[in-house]
Amino acid sequence: MPTSAEYMRVLPEIILTLFGVLLMFLEAVMDDDNKGIFAPLSIAGLAAGLFATLMAYLNPGPAFQNMLVVDGFSTFFRILVMGVGILAIFSSSGYLRREGSRGSEFYALILFSIVGQSIMAAANELIMIFIGLEISSIASYILAGYLRDDPRNNESALKYFLLGSFATAFLLYGVAWIYGSTGSTNLVEIRRVLLTGGQPIALVSTAAALMFVGLAFKISAVPFQSWAPDVYQGAPAPVSGFLSVGPKAAAFAVLLRVFMTAFGPVASSWMPFIWGVALATMIVGNFAAILQSNIKRLLAYSSIAHAGYILVAVTANSGAGSAAAMFYLAAYAFTNLGAFAVVSYFSRKGEQFVKVDDFAGLAQRQPAMAAMMTIFMLSLIGVPLTGGFFGKFYIFKAALDSNLVWLTVLGLLNSAVAAYYYLRILVVMYFREPGEAAENIPPAGAALQIAVYAAALGTVLLGIFPSTVLDFASKAALK
Amino acid sequence: MSLLDVVLFLPLLGFFVLLMVPKANEQASRIGALVISLVIFVLSLGLLSPYWFATPTGYTFSTNVSWINYPPIRYHVGLDGLSLWLVLLSTLLTPICVLISWTYIAKRVKEFYAFLILLEFGLIGVFISLDLFLFYTFWEISLVPMYFLIGIWGHERRIYAAVKFFLYTMAGSMLMLAAIIYVYNQSGTFDYVDILSKLRSGQLVFEARTQMFLFLAFFVAFAIKVPLFPLHTWLPDAHVEAPTAGSVMLASLMLKMGTYGLVRFCLPLFPGAAHASSPWIVALAITGILYGALVALVQPNMKKLVAYSSVSHLGFVVLGIFSFTQQGMDGAVYQMLNHGVSTGALFMLVGYLYERRHSLEIAAYGGVATPAPNLAAVFLITTLASVGLPTLNNFIGEYLVLQGASQANFTWVIFAALGVILSACYMLWLYQRAFYGKASESVSHHIYDLKPREWAAIIPLLILMVWMGTFTQTFLPSISAQNAQILESTRPNQAAAFLNGAEVNRAR
Repeated sequence: MPTSAEYMRVLPEIILTLFGVLLMFLEAVMDDDNKGIFAPLSIAGLAAGLFATLMAYLNPGPAFQNMLVVDGFSTFFRILVMGVGILAIFSSSGYLRREGSRGSEFYALILFSIVGQSIMAAANELIMIFIGLEISSIASYILAGYLRDDPRNNESALKYFLLGSFATAFLLYGVAWIYGSTGSTNLVEIRRVLLTGGQPIALVSTAAALMFVGLAFKISAVPFQSWAPDVYQGAPAPVSGFLSVGPKAAAFAVLLRVFMTAFGPVASSWMPFIWGVALATMIVGNFAAILQSNIKRLLAYSSIAHAGYILVAVTANSGAGSAAAMFYLAAYAFTNLGAFAVVSYFSRKGEQFVKVDDFAGLAQRQPAMAAMMTIFMLSLIGVPLTGGFFGKFYIFKAALDSNLVWLTVLGLLNSAVAAYYYLRILVVMYFREPGEAAENIPPAGAALQIAVYAAALGTVLLGIFPSTVLDFASKAALK
Repeated sequence: MSLLDVVLFLPLLGFFVLLMVPKANEQASRIGALVISLVIFVLSLGLLSPYWFATPTGYTFSTNVSWINYPPIRYHVGLDGLSLWLVLLSTLLTPICVLISWTYIAKRVKEFYAFLILLEFGLIGVFISLDLFLFYTFWEISLVPMYFLIGIWGHERRIYAAVKFFLYTMAGSMLMLAAIIYVYNQSGTFDYVDILSKLRSGQLVFEARTQMFLFLAFFVAFAIKVPLFPLHTWLPDAHVEAPTAGSVMLASLMLKMGTYGLVRFCLPLFPGAAHASSPWIVALAITGILYGALVALVQPNMKKLVAYSSVSHLGFVVLGIFSFTQQGMDGAVYQMLNHGVSTGALFMLVGYLYERRHSLEIAAYGGVATPAPNLAAVFLITTLASVGLPTLNNFIGEYLVLQGASQANFTWVIFAALGVILSACYMLWLYQRAFYGKASESVSHHIYDLKPREWAAIIPLLILMVWMGTFTQTFLPSISAQNAQILESTRPNQAAAFLNGAEVNRAR
């Protein structure tokens, strides 16, 4: 019989689910005039979820026969994905109104997706991981195609769904293999069995490889990255922003937990492999991004490259590496959500202006928004006093701690390459004369402004005072 | 909170203040920028007080407080004989740059001055940081405003130049970041002073191979900024495309970030590797001296000519540093300041000409002395200072560098001295073509003499040229004392530790 403390530990997911259901219910009974309350309501739900997360952390421990565990690590990621949800809702409400879509499903789907991610963050067991991943993914598939009259949305959702299901199948197959070879699906138990030795290494490696394939798809690591540009390009801009940080952060949480906890004993066999994937991901992401003319595709490739940087931290396979990955994901969440929010504002109705060149001269028409975009781009480049810089710094510091000298040097050179395409956005915004898109650009809506300014504030705060977040991440990191 | 902190953070405050000024009121941003930068300059003069009558040892005005707990990154700044003059040069040139941009910058005025003041913040920070991480932070921050200065207010190919400038520096500084992290992992601290004392006490030893890699990582970052041949190719583009104020800040101060880094970090941290690499570095420096001079000789474009002359002049600085002699180092640091003053002035004067005639081609001028005698006279003094006429500033620096180099290896001097002769050729030839001869109709139509505002901007630099050429005692004692310390830390016992690094390592 589960104790009340155990219910407390899943209370955040319960609250978010209830709010999601409530939104769907209200959609049916309310008339069109009152639909403005969906966004505030979903934010209230997320705020309640955040509060419950903090309450749960007061009394950490496992829940439901070790299926879930509330510890620093899971709390960090729960807070992260819920924070992402709040910013995503702020940046999308104006967008949805502009596109003439006022349904509550959007917000309910965001909440359900976050429920899944939150479960992934807290899962201590492979079946729970799978369930969390599925909840998060299915909601995300629908979100990617949310504007159903738009063919690009349809294409995006279908691609995401087909490739995503395929990847999940790999993950599930890996789960089966590891269950077959160790007799358990609990991460700690798997670790214990692997430590005693005796399992055929080929069996365990196959299981690890299959699971890595599934997760590599979710984090868009090379060679499973090809869906990301198409999906990010086709999905509504705020959704692209959400997809590039929320599900990705949760997938990294799982990746870190599975590989550092369960497969920790056989680290020497997977480290060289992830080393190669990390390097390939950085290189493919950065060099492909250089060639892009569509800003959403550019940011998609950039998010591939950033997954590569975080994989460097995974390769380090240390407490410092895990903490660095956590910090990086937090900084990246603020930065990328902000960037996509600006994109969704600049692109205007129907996303007419999504070419990099369409941003010409926006600094002269909307100096504040352009300045915020500059902060995001500088953070993505990794210029000091932004969260992105400290993220990179901690990652490569952890990598050097683990003697990954070559990966560090190649990774840092990669980020110099990356500077080129981020600068292009600054070039067109600041150095070109205003073009068609910049003329008559309406002022940004209040909610969007809140999202952009909050994201910029987060980016800069993490760049000037990183200690608080990093200290928490270091304590919470998997060792 | 010391005066130094005030001088450092006032520009940042000024940046935000300028951003608040309403966009339409352009005059307000000009006056605001001038007032802010003048206040900073006047305050910065207070930094001289400990150095005026004596030469204090160690760092003055230092502040050392924790910034980030873990890894322990500290806000540790301080001033010594090396950084003092570079800080003063920064605070002096900023108001001058405000003045020379008064009419030159006609569009997006407010942003221009905001970026200019932000650049000052980055530059001062670079010159006073005593924490490797803090240094890196300012090093990168200074990049951003300069990128915008070139990219928004530059000439036709400004975008290409701005991106090239950013990427070159970025590529170099990434290697430096890797090296900084590596040094931290070995030493457990980013604090420059701590690292040095650990090196001296033998607590921290970089074995030969590692030391060479670390040295190279730092060196490449600095060499790109200097710029040392063959990493100089971004410089002519950046200079030609930048607005006048951008060129002045770039030549006078940003290039000094590189040479400052060499003196401050490369030599004391990695003395053995620095000694071991000096032959090829000197070879590159001398190649740069001659190459820069020869290319300058054939330039039809005035600004490009001055830009290549910078490559040549900075070659002298590197030569002086890697001669590892007291005179050579003194000359190098002195030459850093000289180049800041005289090349800064040259860029300003070229900018004055451009504002009148709207051309940088030397062929578009000729006979300028007739309609503008005062401008011609000022240009002549600056030219003579630049070619190293005794009693003017560059002579002292070049002489000391050559003397130091001759102590190390006399062959170097023969080649380097050729550079001095060539500099006289290209500068005087430029002067002759632009200012003498019969003024064509378009020249006499467009060219007018110096205005009071232009006088005000150039006079401080003229005074400095004479002052630095005659009263070296104002500057040299503090510089020498600092260089003596740096040389001491690169003395043979340290270098020997490098050569025996393998044994030391085994002994551990």
